[in-house]
Amino acid sequence: MTPLWKRLYDWVDERVELGGLVEYMGKKYVPVHSHSVWYYFGGVSLFLFIIQVTTGILLLLYYKSGEELAFESVQFITSKVRFGWLIRSVHSWAANLFILAAFIHMFSVYFTRAYRKPREITWITGMLMFFLALFFGFSGYLLPWNELAFFATKVGTDIAGVIPVVGKSVMIFLRGGEDVTGATLSRMFGFHIAILPGLFTVCLGIHLLLVQRQGMSEPEESGHDVKTMPFFPNFLLRDLLLWLIVLNVVAILAVLFPWELGQKADAFAPAPAGIKPEWYFLFMFQTLKYIPAKILFIDGEVLGILVFSAAGLLWTLVPFWDRETKRGRRARFLTYVGIVAVVFIISLTIVGWLS
Amino acid sequence: MVNEAGPAGQKENRRDFLKYFLGGGLVAWLGAVLYPIVAFLIPPKEGEVEVTSVKVGKVGEVEKDSGTIVRFGNKPVILIRNPSGEFVAFSATCTHLDCTVQYRKDLGVIWCACHNGQYDLMGQNIAGPPPRPLDEYRVIIQGEDVLISKKV
Repeated sequence: MTPLWKRLYDWVDERVELGGLVEYMGKKYVPVHSHSVWYYFGGVSLFLFIIQVTTGILLLLYYKSGEELAFESVQFITSKVRFGWLIRSVHSWAANLFILAAFIHMFSVYFTRAYRKPREITWITGMLMFFLALFFGFSGYLLPWNELAFFATKVGTDIAGVIPVVGKSVMIFLRGGEDVTGATLSRMFGFHIAILPGLFTVCLGIHLLLVQRQGMSEPEESGHDVKTMPFFPNFLLRDLLLWLIVLNVVAILAVLFPWELGQKADAFAPAPAGIKPEWYFLFMFQTLKYIPAKILFIDGEVLGILVFSAAGLLWTLVPFWDRETKRGRRARFLTYVGIVAVVFIISLTIVGWLS
Repeated sequence: MVNEAGPAGQKENRRDFLKYFLGGGLVAWLGAVLYPIVAFLIPPKEGEVEVTSVKVGKVGEVEKDSGTIVRFGNKPVILIRNPSGEFVAFSATCTHLDCTVQYRKDLGVIWCACHNGQYDLMGQNIAGPPPRPLDEYRVIIQGEDVLISKKV
């Protein structure tokens, strides 16, 4: 007698012709070379995103949005709900590790020029997901409605407000009014659980489809006889093993260093000393501190924000202006730009952390 | 072609007409769908209660060399009694990036924790990133009561 899973497979195959798909997957190979390790970070980011979706949905069962409810409901989750503390802590830790993994994934793709033709769309969707992830972090940060989050949101949305011409409208749109209030909380909640996941899923779908369709990029310097390993099952099993390790790391961090809830937000209390944004915004925050209040006739802050926006845009569009790689030459200049970016981000994050 | 208004030309005209008619219809339709959505996203102006003055406490209750944040409508205002016993009040919203300031007894300044901005007890920005002084409020002593009102 044929085993159950085989009969089930045949049943589906008869109707939707899985055969072609399975054969297609079987033909996928992953190049093996000295930079192969970087291939794993996309998968790690994906896994952390899956953790976020899962724990996020769980938190949603108890979380209540609203000025008078949000802080209390998170308190309820962490103190009364069984394993609530764990789920919330995992959600916070995995969020941070997700952004870290996305950073690594992005820079490794950049340095290996994996964004070059024909993978421009994969890079663009990846960058969109990166910006969405930052917005995910920003909006999720406010949801517990604590002191730190309240002021971080005030500062963050106020920074959006200094953008020339459209800034004020953007700020009001983000805040749901002139000030950070319960209306802002409702908005951030809506962004965090509906709008961002929707947009992210579309980008992720395209991104993964293209990765499957086009296969893995090989570094420029690798010749024609690159060693490969089959994606299924060899690479996938390695991926899964790493995911298991990541899950353990998240669990250890979540248990040993549970995420703090802090004090409930109070619009009529001063900002607490030692207030800082999340680490992934620290380098920008720290840079803004060093820019003088006025440069010529422009506000230092405005200039800083414009420079960061321009840099982000150029970075996102790199597949289109990287002419050297297009001509098949090594784009040394871009490597230097990347190194400067990495050193800049790491050093200012450390300075921001210590100050 | 000799006759411009021949059957072919008429056909072209009719096609153009349909193209613009349907295209225009599509644009109008998109507008009719998107306009309410965009309008919905812009928060309505909330009727703010116009506050002109607020009673914040008794003179005897406020210690010398101290600062407290009080509500002025829905805005925070910092009321400071300086070491010599005089009252001053300023908007507690930092002019830099909207954080709420506090009185630092040890430094004798008004301080913002977010980016280390400092103002003197006249509300002037003296250090850090704040671009301009804090907005000043008027403090009125009426018998024992301390009142704060907007500077006119």
